[in-house]
Amino acid sequence: MQVQPLVRIQAADFDVAAETLRLTAGRKDVGALVTFTGLCRDEAGTLDALELEHYPGMAEAELTRIAEEATGRWPLTGLSVIHRFGKIAPGENIVLVVTASAHRRAAFEAADFLMDFLKTRAPFWKKEHLVSGAGGAWVDTRAGDEKDAARWSSS
Amino acid sequence: MNIRYFAWVRERVGVEEETIEVPGGVKTVADLISHLKTLDDNHAAAFEEEDAIRVALDQLHVEADTDLGDAREVAFFPPMTGG
Repeated sequence: MQVQPLVRIQAADFDVAAETLRLTAGRKDVGALVTFTGLCRDEAGTLDALELEHYPGMAEAELTRIAEEATGRWPLTGLSVIHRFGKIAPGENIVLVVTASAHRRAAFEAADFLMDFLKTRAPFWKKEHLVSGAGGAWVDTRAGDEKDAARWSSS
Repeated sequence: MNIRYFAWVRERVGVEEETIEVPGGVKTVADLISHLKTLDDNHAAAFEEEDAIRVALDQLHVEADTDLGDAREVAFFPPMTGG
């Protein structure tokens, strides 16, 4: 039976330990647990914060569609996706994916798949706020993101 | 029809959301974009790079040649950069 994924969109930070415990507590069938955390990165000391805009309603719906595709494709015992919105400072968390399975391969692949499609299909947009106070730009898509997502249709 | 804009598309149009009367000849998403471009300079600027704009009909991703059908909400936005 396919598991029901947990999908949350929130302004607040998340607790990685609590979220992993949610997928393992009280059960003995989980042999592999993968967590991926995406953080706000500043490469040159110029970034004050990223502002994450999202499309309320569609963001939840699209992440649920991607998560359900993952639970249909791999034998997972649990799957959680949490994505933050609003202003996020360098070093802070942006996104969390947790996958649990009997064996490692399914957990690794499902987490990778989820992030590839989240990047290209979930309606979130990043705007930079600079330390200098100058008007920040909207972050451009990375050319490799579409290619990463396309890997999953050829296999 | 209710139209929503996000990220730089929203900034260029100047509003988050608007309700417009769709003229009879407008059948597809591409037709709607052509119509919106005629409304004013802000809309024209927002849709200038038409290929860079993504569309959702009732919160589902669609292509520009998709029929509007009886969709209640159309959203226009740039390629997504979450994660």
